[in-house]
Amino acid sequence: MDAFFLQQLINGLTLGSVYGLIAIGYTMVYGIIGMINFAHGEVYMISAYLCAIGLALLSFFGLHSFPLLILGTLVFTIVVTGVYGWTIERIAYKPLRNSTRLAPLISAIGMSLILQNYAQISQGPRQQGIPTMLDGVFRFHIGDGFVQITYTKVFILIASFAGMLLLTWIIGNTRLGRMCRAVQQDRKMASILGINADRIISIVFVIGASMAGLAGVLITMNYGTFDFYAGFIIGIKAFTAAVLGGIGSLPGAMLGGLILGIAEAQFSGMVNSDYKDVFSFGLLVVILIFRPQGLLGRPVVAKV
Amino acid sequence: MTSETALQAGFSLKRCLLDAIFAGLVALIVFGPIVGVLLDGYSFNFNGQRLVAIIAAVMIGRFLLSAFLTTATGERFLSRFETDNSGVYVRPPEYKSRMRWIIPLVIALAICFPFVATKYVLTVAILGLIYVLLGLGLNIVVGLAGLLDLGYVAFYAIGAYGLALGYQYLGLGFWSMLPLSALMAAAAGALLGFPVLRMHGDYLAIVTLGFGEIIRLVLNNWLTFTGGPNGISAPAPTLFGLEFGRRAKEEGGVPFHEFFNLTYDPNLKFIFIYSILVLVVLVVLYIKHRLTRMPIGRAWEALREDEIACRSMGLNHVLVKLSAFTLGASTAGIAGVFFATYQGFVNPTSFTFFESALILAIVVLGGMGSTIGVVLAAFVLTVTPELLRSFAEYRVLLFGMLMVVMMIWRPRGLIRINRSGFKVRKGVAP
Repeated sequence: MDAFFLQQLINGLTLGSVYGLIAIGYTMVYGIIGMINFAHGEVYMISAYLCAIGLALLSFFGLHSFPLLILGTLVFTIVVTGVYGWTIERIAYKPLRNSTRLAPLISAIGMSLILQNYAQISQGPRQQGIPTMLDGVFRFHIGDGFVQITYTKVFILIASFAGMLLLTWIIGNTRLGRMCRAVQQDRKMASILGINADRIISIVFVIGASMAGLAGVLITMNYGTFDFYAGFIIGIKAFTAAVLGGIGSLPGAMLGGLILGIAEAQFSGMVNSDYKDVFSFGLLVVILIFRPQGLLGRPVVAKV
Repeated sequence: MTSETALQAGFSLKRCLLDAIFAGLVALIVFGPIVGVLLDGYSFNFNGQRLVAIIAAVMIGRFLLSAFLTTATGERFLSRFETDNSGVYVRPPEYKSRMRWIIPLVIALAICFPFVATKYVLTVAILGLIYVLLGLGLNIVVGLAGLLDLGYVAFYAIGAYGLALGYQYLGLGFWSMLPLSALMAAAAGALLGFPVLRMHGDYLAIVTLGFGEIIRLVLNNWLTFTGGPNGISAPAPTLFGLEFGRRAKEEGGVPFHEFFNLTYDPNLKFIFIYSILVLVVLVVLYIKHRLTRMPIGRAWEALREDEIACRSMGLNHVLVKLSAFTLGASTAGIAGVFFATYQGFVNPTSFTFFESALILAIVVLGGMGSTIGVVLAAFVLTVTPELLRSFAEYRVLLFGMLMVVMMIWRPRGLIRINRSGFKVRKGVAP
């Protein structure tokens, strides 16, 4: 295996773990109320801004050591993005619970336009950035080439897997997780058994948004720059990841994210980086045609 | 008054205040960082004034809303929200539409319009008509057939680039590309639609979104063929070989004004485009009007309302959806040709996702499936931004809010589809 391939594999793995984090938001919301939350990509974009703002604020108040700084930024971003998720659900989706099938989708597109323009108006259209926080790189010699793994990438991998594990534990082992799964399986029955389904749906939006918040901090750390338009492309890609893994399935979202990230990195390394977005979208179309239920999902059977 | 009786009586100051304070807190968390802290390089500036204004607006708004909704008028207002799912409103059989008077009037106005309009007004009208065309096309897909197409702009781009590239590489002009582009867009629609239309409705939205982006990215990146981000020029229309420029561009071509011994008028090209466009829009309107009354139109609407029921009745859902999809696509192709010839130049920035969202907003605002609504909405949404140039920054924000509010308030649009009812004739078994 040559070094270039390995390097792209590692790049793809970091990218893919972050796609997986965002895909969780799509897949959970789809699983519980059966709608595609188009505004989810914009939540990620907002979280990138929040990350930069959090960093600036914390440095202003005199925090300079890396662990404290990153911990503070993470907490700040995740909490505020969670509130964003709650607010978006409250304004744009909750009134539409019993509406026509298209209504929440269109409302979500409206919400995504609002968020994009809101970020553009309040922070200006120019590209923003954050300083590099983690310097340094691991370097391995393989054959005649070498593979570089920056500390940032290691941090991203650890943080995103920690986030995914924590979420899997919450969904699988806690009371809240049991309630989520119950509402996902049968909302009406869950309500009869005393679960406040509306609240669970809100919580799912908050969880999805927080995961996007984590992803926002991690991607911003990796690339260093972002703008108000960043959420659109990443949103579609994360959705592709969710579909690839099987929408509605939590491990599927993570697996799909990793596969998509690796495939995309290999494609842009081996073939052409100009067309890497075209490749991802093409992949989405192909998956939906040949295996719409995804890798780990079950086919949807409509009941009358 | 205890709180319990207050709840029954309706208005409760405490409750409204609590609502307002809660909304203010949420607004502080949501708007605080993004609006209040303005990033400037790696540091930041505080912008407290803006933040306080927004939070105050949210709190006052929430207080007034809570207060209003607990009053009797508010409760009536709430109950007026559309919650029923009935798709169409059936008029009583004796109902005579006022459209009989309005339609000839509008056509007469449209004919007189270019003689009084300035060039600027004319171009705005052309743009409005192009969006009418796009709205009508998407209305078939989203409004009638209930398929959410978020990459509609791709077919528009195919039409526009069809004219520009057809002229550059094959020497084809406006008139040959007009039908060809429609066919090309329809073919692209069929190619995309055939595999995709079998799947669940929401997936269609995201696949079409992806398709729209693919087309835009290819147009943007394929430098040698499409000219990339720099764009490519498109030819002006001709009338039986007569050109509308001051001098003939083609070898041996004759400008229109020289042929008829008129003084040169730069408006002439736009008047010509405008007249063809009006004709095309009228034809499309007529075709659509007839289609909704034909079996295929009924099948679209039936499929939108209940797919499972339709399929059990023996409708081939893929073919029915495909017909809507290709018809919508071909309309966008025609609109694209007009757009290219009107601008004289196309580049990928005219075909972003925002354009798709704008066309969707036209359909949503106009009333899904309603023809008149779409025509009105297209003009409102294209002419208003021209009037409100100073608010150009907030245009997207307003569109987004419009979409959300419309979905909450009237998910089926401002003007509902209505259909004339029929009385059972005497002697016919009911």
